[in-house]
Amino acid sequence: MKKLMQLGIRVLTAFDLPLLVILLLFTALGLIVMHSAVGNTDWRFAEQSRNFLIALAALWTLALVPPKMLMKFAPPVYVFGVVLLLGVEFFGQTSKGATRWLDLGVARIQPSEMLKIAVPLMLAWYFQRNEGAVRARDFFIPALILLVPFYLIVRQPDLGTALLVFGAGFFVIYFGGLSFKLLVPVMVAGIVGLGTLVYYEDALCEPDVDWVVLHDYQKHRVCTLLNPSSDPLGRGFHTIQSMIAVGSGGTYGKGYMQGTQTHLDFIPERTTDFIFAVYAEEFGFYGAVMMLILYSLLMLRGLSIAARAPTQFGRLLAGSLSMMFFIYVFVNIGMVTGVLPVVGVPLPFMSYGGTALLTMGIACGILMSISRHRGPAAGEAT
Amino acid sequence: MFEFKKTGKQQRQRFRLRAVLGALFALVCLMGLAGRLWYLQVDRYEGFSERADRNRISIVPIAPRRGQIMDRNGEVLARNYRTYTLEVVPAQAGKIDDLFDRLRQVVYVSPADQRRFQRRVNEQSRYATAVLRNNLNETEAAWFAAHAFMFPGVDLRARWVREYPQGATAAHVVGYIGRIAENDIDALEAAGTLGNYRGTEVIGKKGIEKTWENRLHGKTGLDEVEVNAVGRPIRSLRRIDPVPGEDVKLSIDLTLQRVAEAAFGDQRGALVAIEPSTGEVLAFVSQPSFDPNLFVDGIDVESWRALNESPDHPLINRPLYGTYPIGSTYKPFVALAALELGKRSATQRVPDPGYYEFGGQRFRNAGSVAYGLTDMHKALVVSSDTYFYSLAPEIGVNALHDFMKPFGFGQLTGIDLDGERAGILPSTDWKRRAYRERDQQRWYAGETISVAVGQGYNSFTLLQLAQATSTLANNGLYRAPHLVHAVKEASEDGRERDVQVEGRQIPLKQANVDVIKKAMADVVVSGTARRAFANTPYQAAGKTGTAQVYSLRGARYNAEKIDERLRDHALFMGFAPADNPTIAVALIVENGGWGASAAAPIARKIFDEWLLRSDRSDPAVPVRQAAAESTGQAQP
Repeated sequence: MKKLMQLGIRVLTAFDLPLLVILLLFTALGLIVMHSAVGNTDWRFAEQSRNFLIALAALWTLALVPPKMLMKFAPPVYVFGVVLLLGVEFFGQTSKGATRWLDLGVARIQPSEMLKIAVPLMLAWYFQRNEGAVRARDFFIPALILLVPFYLIVRQPDLGTALLVFGAGFFVIYFGGLSFKLLVPVMVAGIVGLGTLVYYEDALCEPDVDWVVLHDYQKHRVCTLLNPSSDPLGRGFHTIQSMIAVGSGGTYGKGYMQGTQTHLDFIPERTTDFIFAVYAEEFGFYGAVMMLILYSLLMLRGLSIAARAPTQFGRLLAGSLSMMFFIYVFVNIGMVTGVLPVVGVPLPFMSYGGTALLTMGIACGILMSISRHRGPAAGEAT
Repeated sequence: MFEFKKTGKQQRQRFRLRAVLGALFALVCLMGLAGRLWYLQVDRYEGFSERADRNRISIVPIAPRRGQIMDRNGEVLARNYRTYTLEVVPAQAGKIDDLFDRLRQVVYVSPADQRRFQRRVNEQSRYATAVLRNNLNETEAAWFAAHAFMFPGVDLRARWVREYPQGATAAHVVGYIGRIAENDIDALEAAGTLGNYRGTEVIGKKGIEKTWENRLHGKTGLDEVEVNAVGRPIRSLRRIDPVPGEDVKLSIDLTLQRVAEAAFGDQRGALVAIEPSTGEVLAFVSQPSFDPNLFVDGIDVESWRALNESPDHPLINRPLYGTYPIGSTYKPFVALAALELGKRSATQRVPDPGYYEFGGQRFRNAGSVAYGLTDMHKALVVSSDTYFYSLAPEIGVNALHDFMKPFGFGQLTGIDLDGERAGILPSTDWKRRAYRERDQQRWYAGETISVAVGQGYNSFTLLQLAQATSTLANNGLYRAPHLVHAVKEASEDGRERDVQVEGRQIPLKQANVDVIKKAMADVVVSGTARRAFANTPYQAAGKTGTAQVYSLRGARYNAEKIDERLRDHALFMGFAPADNPTIAVALIVENGGWGASAAAPIARKIFDEWLLRSDRSDPAVPVRQAAAESTGQAQP
């Protein structure tokens, strides 16, 4: 009996309580919104419930794995992921103009998803190994670790996933000590570039202009974003309809299951990438802001776990995973509200899809693990 | 600049600073999003609300009418007819049983329709449309339209349905349309034209329907309509009319096409007729054919199986997919090569004892006939294999390859149909690339011998043979074969634009070409095809061919005794009139036996139809009657 109690306590304390509460709130919210979004194709709701259970199982498993073990796994997992990406490059399956899938005979997998965790894991491992001496040249190898999978994913092409992998890896390097002298100019250049694009949109979007670094379809997306009415039946349609859905939600929303845009089929991909439009239409501005706050709490809790982690590895990994949630949310909601181009990035815990949920579950599990294995508060006292 | 002190405490503090900065950055971004949401949901609420809530704006794509396909004289091969469909949005239609009761008083709904509809409603969202009945005629449609106000959630939709009035005639040219499938969507998305296909259900799958899809489809219009609370359109806010697809006028002459198809009877084979001066394809036969109408609404399993599993392979486009050794029809080109390359003069005589010996091996004439002393003219007229065997080592396979390539042998012609195969124009290079094993890669001199009589590794499409024949008829001026004569905008006063292709001159000496043409003319007068071309009022020119399907290794060929599928292919190539050709033809009758008896008569029918057509103001017509009377062969 006592043993059973102890086991119960061990299982419960595997979880970081504040994080657990936030995740349970998201699970409830995710299922509630999904129920409205699916209309009466109920099987999607049932599948999504099952996906949540799988993600929870993954979370729990990861939470029980000590960070030291995670560190051991980092290089093999990373190498395996890159090898699979190379496999996609040479033997991948093409669908809708992009080669993202690898057929292993047993199942079709999308290796790029794995890299979302593997890249920060590997980078954190590297910085931990070279903890004492972080010099300029020690940033070239991390850059390589980051850019190889990034390049392979961009080539598929899968801009959304590439963005997330890059973001997750970038934040490890940033937390690892990337100089602000380098960071600030790049940010300024980025802002100037975006400004130029918006200002000279008409000239740059002429069909003959070649953008060199971007595919035609990516250029098309950017141009449609700047001027959705240029393609009202094609890509612009998504953005226009989702903006109408969000905007017509108003301050308080139309009420649960009352969204006309949702239920009259106007919102494209309404169970996946555009599910925020469903939510914002039915729950309004307050509801949307509440969700943003909930995501902020998730991120802040993650960063606080990171700040209290005893090792550099734990800090960097937890920090970058927390920031990854922010990137997910920012890119997805930015896309739904028409400020960012349409790239395939799901909204964490909301969008339909088992793979994405599994990734979230693993990420949260790692956060839990780092939180749990805080160890003696080393250095805290000094 | 990256260097840091290594104490744990400092590292921790540095991380904290960076974490705070990162969090601040993220929070600022998220506040930016909140600002955007405020802008959309509070500031611009009125506008968006108006667009979504009070009057739901729905953008209804209007599919354009697909262009028609016609022959060169305007006879229609593919057209559209209008049909109406009743569609229901169950969520807006009230009780379904009640709906049926009321609806039955206005239009007929069969129990089968009702069952199918019920099943569909159970499967999909209540807000998705489900088809209640297909194929309402004009009267029914008008009757329902008058009572539409009684049926909220029920829509009458007009759509165009494709129809091929000529059935199986020229089906391999016209092709067919079918439902847009997953891979079509991928292709459209990649091309960036998926938006133009909203509201369109079908797309070209084969033939001209596929290759000219861009022109035939047209531009989708749109209707921006206000929809009331039950989803019925109230008024149109903005309308962009669809632009109908352009009509495509083929170069095919349907009458000629019918004559050609009928000439094959139930034999399998392929025929291509080309107008040498333009490269336009006048007839394009692949027998047996199929009825493209089967594919329009999705083909049923039984018909599909019947077509797919038939040993005659009716779905294969023989003229451009079937590759054959073309046998003796290759000889005029080989002879021309010998003259042009200066390997043998036209008058030089070669003894023909009925066989040619090379490397201790005997290559025999067909039927082992001995022709005695043979010059080039005689060799073509009687079709002496020995003469051409003896040419082979003199020319050499690579020189032959280089000479034949500009004529298009073994090359894709680029005709505007899909699924073309290149075939094989052999050379030592080709063999090295085609085989892996070292001893297989080597070219043996003996192999050149069979290549020179159109056998061996030669493997060409009938289209290539027709194109080469046309080029020869045109004295070496090559024009790529094509099937579309003109494209016409669909509007009433739409402009018609001709399709023209650039010519490319193969440098040939006219005297050499004339030698070959003269010999080919005598083939139909006194040579192998004389019987098929007896008493023509025009002078034709041609060459028969018989291609081995199955090597008998010295045993005597007896057509009656061997399996029909192993019998030789019968071929013919030629043009007419010989001095100023207006038509060039190449054809094959699969397992037909001798070219002279099985293939040449079909070519005769084509030439007769094209040159002696009664509605042609052509001087050939009276001549023919006169010729017929003088030989006593007038109709009884």
